Amino acid sequence: MDLNTIIQVLDSSIRLSTPLLLACLAGLFSERAGIFDIGLEGKMLIAAFFSAAITFTSGNVWLGLLAGIGASLALSAIHGLASITFRGNQLISGVALNFLASGLTVLIAQNWFKQGGRTPTIPEEQRFQEITLPFADALRDIPLLGPIYSDLLSGHSALAYIAFAMVPLTWWVLFRTRFGLRLRAVGEAPDAVDTAGVSVVGLRFAAVAICGVLCGVAGAYLATSLQAGFVKEMTAGRGYIALAALIFAKWRPWYALIACLLFGFLQAVALRFQNIDLGGIVIPVQAMEALPYILTVVILAGFVGKAIPPRAGGEPYVKER
Amino acid sequence: MDKMPAWADAVLVPLISILLAAGISALVILAIGENPVEAFMIMVKEALSTSRGIGYTLYYATNFIFTGLAVSVAFHARMFNIGGEGQAMMGGLGVALVCLYVPWPHWTLALFGAAAISALFGAAWAYIPAYLQAKRGSHIVITTIMFNFIAFSVLNYILVNVLRPQGSMDPATAKFPEATFLPTFQSMFSTADNVMFRNAPANVTFFVALAACVAVYFLIWRTRLGYEIRAFGHSETGARYAGISPVKITIVSMLISGGLAGMMALNTTMGEAERLVLNATEGAGFIGIAVALMGRSHPFGILLAALLFGFMYQGGSELAFWTNIPQQLIIVIQALVILFTGALDNMVRMPLEKLFLSIRKGDA
Amino acid sequence: MTETAAIELKGVSKAFGPVQANKDISIRVMPGTIHGIIGENGAGKSTLMSILYGFYKADSGEILINGKPTEIPDSQAAIAAGIGMVFQHFKLVQNFSVLENVILGAEDGPMLQPSLRKARGVLKHLAEEYELQVDPDALIEDLSVGHQQRVEILKALYREADILILDEPTGVLTPAEADHLFRILKGLREEGKTIILITHKLREIMEITDTVSVMRRGEMTATVKTSETSPEELAELMVGRKVLLRVDKAPANPGKPVLEVENLHHIDEAGVERLKGISLNVRAGEIVGIAGVSGNGQSELMRVLGGYGHATGSIRVNGEELDLTGKHSDGQSRRARGIGHVPEDRHHEGLILDYSAWENMVFGYHRGPETGSGVLMDNKAIKAEAQAKMDRFDVRPPNPWLSAKNFSGGNQQKIVLAREIERNPDLLLIGQPTRGVDIGAIEFIHQQIVQLRDAGKAILLVSVELDEIMSLSDRIAVMFDGEIMGERLPAETNQTELGLLMAGVTDTNVAQTKEQTNG
Repeated sequence: MDLNTIIQVLDSSIRLSTPLLLACLAGLFSERAGIFDIGLEGKMLIAAFFSAAITFTSGNVWLGLLAGIGASLALSAIHGLASITFRGNQLISGVALNFLASGLTVLIAQNWFKQGGRTPTIPEEQRFQEITLPFADALRDIPLLGPIYSDLLSGHSALAYIAFAMVPLTWWVLFRTRFGLRLRAVGEAPDAVDTAGVSVVGLRFAAVAICGVLCGVAGAYLATSLQAGFVKEMTAGRGYIALAALIFAKWRPWYALIACLLFGFLQAVALRFQNIDLGGIVIPVQAMEALPYILTVVILAGFVGKAIPPRAGGEPYVKER
Repeated sequence: MDKMPAWADAVLVPLISILLAAGISALVILAIGENPVEAFMIMVKEALSTSRGIGYTLYYATNFIFTGLAVSVAFHARMFNIGGEGQAMMGGLGVALVCLYVPWPHWTLALFGAAAISALFGAAWAYIPAYLQAKRGSHIVITTIMFNFIAFSVLNYILVNVLRPQGSMDPATAKFPEATFLPTFQSMFSTADNVMFRNAPANVTFFVALAACVAVYFLIWRTRLGYEIRAFGHSETGARYAGISPVKITIVSMLISGGLAGMMALNTTMGEAERLVLNATEGAGFIGIAVALMGRSHPFGILLAALLFGFMYQGGSELAFWTNIPQQLIIVIQALVILFTGALDNMVRMPLEKLFLSIRKGDA
Repeated sequence: MTETAAIELKGVSKAFGPVQANKDISIRVMPGTIHGIIGENGAGKSTLMSILYGFYKADSGEILINGKPTEIPDSQAAIAAGIGMVFQHFKLVQNFSVLENVILGAEDGPMLQPSLRKARGVLKHLAEEYELQVDPDALIEDLSVGHQQRVEILKALYREADILILDEPTGVLTPAEADHLFRILKGLREEGKTIILITHKLREIMEITDTVSVMRRGEMTATVKTSETSPEELAELMVGRKVLLRVDKAPANPGKPVLEVENLHHIDEAGVERLKGISLNVRAGEIVGIAGVSGNGQSELMRVLGGYGHATGSIRVNGEELDLTGKHSDGQSRRARGIGHVPEDRHHEGLILDYSAWENMVFGYHRGPETGSGVLMDNKAIKAEAQAKMDRFDVRPPNPWLSAKNFSGGNQQKIVLAREIERNPDLLLIGQPTRGVDIGAIEFIHQQIVQLRDAGKAILLVSVELDEIMSLSDRIAVMFDGEIMGERLPAETNQTELGLLMAGVTDTNVAQTKEQTNG
């Protein structure tokens, strides 16, 4: 394997990690506040559709991004209504919203574009443009570091850079701000937050909204950056991989980065190589695809470092006397 | 004191939830420029007015009975088994293996053999998440989701690399031998001059599903195991006090749940396709969630809910032929049913409870 | 009445559906005093305080803080009005540090660091002023219960509360910790803070309060100066008639040992050793009471005996060794050996609240012969049997189809007792038999226990109510920190001696202290 191939695979890993990372951080905000969200998939999907549809019709990719975020927020609002206001089962709500997105996207796509449940292809110039980092061209010829900078780190869309910048930002918000302290507290002990005179409902809705925004960006990235339009079920389980990454990361931002890069890398390898021959042992592509899920189960089982979710996660908050 | 009468809890709440789901679905149809009343009439006509339509409706309902029962048994033990899809895939694999490699003399024996093996495979696939939940506290919702994906990869690998006949491009097994073909409703109910259920996939598995309803009813409500499952579902601390092993109940109820999900493969793989294809489950594992929620985890309710969803699936797929409404409308309806009966239950319940309280006050 | 009250309630009422939790409550609490509110469980004390802290909205009535009518729609408003609350169950974030818990909700700005820095200084100051020492960087989950409570008080003081409400603060404390708490409260009073102490313990009221209000069935029955009342008077006001603390019973006539416990050790799931070598025996026809502050291993002992906690050591019942860790260490095996168990917590253990009364009547015995011999349970026989038992134990309403959650506390307890006693166990384990039970039912329950004893059965009783232990037991063992500190006969001991044992002060210690003070 030459350097070029390695760079290409790694570059592809970054592209594939980006939506995972956004969705994973989205889930992190929600679950840190005590709201389980297995509806990441659905929010990404509906955002992917609306961002593609609006980008195509308006010709403005930023408007598309906004539309995607708006659609994702709408699902977040339902999730909040069900799990916070009406204290329903958060897992069931998540399942329902995934189906809702899956059905609605095709239904509306068919109604608007009549192309069998997809949007038309968005022309190259209307999509998010690849950003060339400063001096990328000049530095390309430096051995090793040149290609890494120019071909691997440079040349991604704005959304990818936003995604990676979200990691330190999330860390900072969670651990250095008042909002972060309260957010973490509400996922651990909502009664403590409530008796301290802070609104549990308000905090949880804020967290669910942030989750909606990030899933919206993730969906827009899929449809207007990674690919050129919306196709049916285009998230292809990424929401669940993000969920797996979140558990793998034990609900921490920097670990989330590592988990998403790892899972993105596995996807990139599976895409590029069908079967991998490791000195006589052939690893089938299906094993590569299943690996993120298997790793998550192993982590969940606690054989390798136990993943302990936020204490109040999944439980609706009811005031007690 | 109960806030409202039992009948309201069992009938009124789900009924209102379904009406809400139906109302919003009608709005969706209106929004895409179609007529909801017309659409409903088409669905009724295509799914219920001919024996062929009914045959399809019952075929789908059979799947949903199995997966709905599967979800409900886990619900009784307060577990949410989202893994019905993966367990059904594995059940299909079991069915394919016994149909292809065991020389069955007659379909009745094949049905028994396949039923046992599909339940076994489904249960086995549920065992690991169950074990991890019981012994290591790993959240069963997450592990069963993961196991759905793993099941897909496993099945994909086996179909592509092991069971695919030479020269075929399709990730599917060879056709099963004829001795394993199950009687369809057409062959069972047609007379010489009157063909019933023409080409409909409904088959003898429907009766297996009915039997499963009865069996689950007795299991949950009349046996000691069912008593323990429900007790554990209501209160784990109570179960410990009473000498009911949480580990045992968690594992046993998940094995039953997985086994029921696995048996769905009898209908799709043995009864209909007569070979194993990659996407045989077609999301029925997930529809089981909606069915169990709507049926209040009671076998009779599940039967009704499964029939309703069978009707929607058959009617919905015909809609795509006759109107501009895509088949995905059913997924939207399914989502709304899950949302209203499962997650937004309190939105319906709270006003109703207030209503009943005020009626009672009025009486007093 | 010229002075302005720190808190004044005027005609406060609150109903939950048909239950009138607070009825026309009026009360004046003067600044710089400790005001006790005393009443039985369910008398409406907690509801009243929840209204003051903005958890519930009163249906009618008025709240005045320092003479000003004040609306308290939520906790935020309560804090703004200068009210701080220390709940019975602490409201702390377990994996946060003390400092983080203190500033939560009272931060100075959007950034954390300045708030943390300021709080560190304030905490140091408060610690010196009020004996409230606690490591600001320790995680809550690593702190003892007493220290966690200090954090709660610090939280209130950090918010500059002038009025501090404490709900049953000593229930989880050892006597030494309770004494420390009282010193803190007295210090706060000296600084002019107003304190409301909610408790059902007469001793505490007499020891520390200036005035005391008594609540009964949602009503405020009296407010008196502590110095002008007596425990007897307060007790009478609490229950509405002369309390009969003595239980009518003949002297015990103990036979052969039924339960013999030797050197029992138990380590809980968190790895804490809860039982440290318990040895104990209970004979036929005898009630042995275990006294102790809750949380000193009594619950664990009952759990181990009941079959749902693993242990090492030896337990013999009727001379036969029990399995403590293996396959037969479960509730059903214990029942098969003739051990009945009325657990401390009937809501979470003794009953399945969503099960009907008849289903509950075989709970734990559902694999026994009374549910029939076939594959299916004989529900008809179970229902008939349940009806008969409910009649004999005067369970009201006598309706086997009603869910357990719809019975009152006393009737729920009767269902559990009926189930366990009617099977005629050789040994009955009974925890907190009258917790949350109304007076009328208490007498009935005590009678049933004594009757079982008179029928020659062995009874092991655990209760945090010292009065109950003293009046029911034929022999008293005192537990402290997982050990039996000593055994006494009720006739030869008193509350003071038992109280010392409950605090871990053994006879030799007392002797030593005496010697030291003498010498």
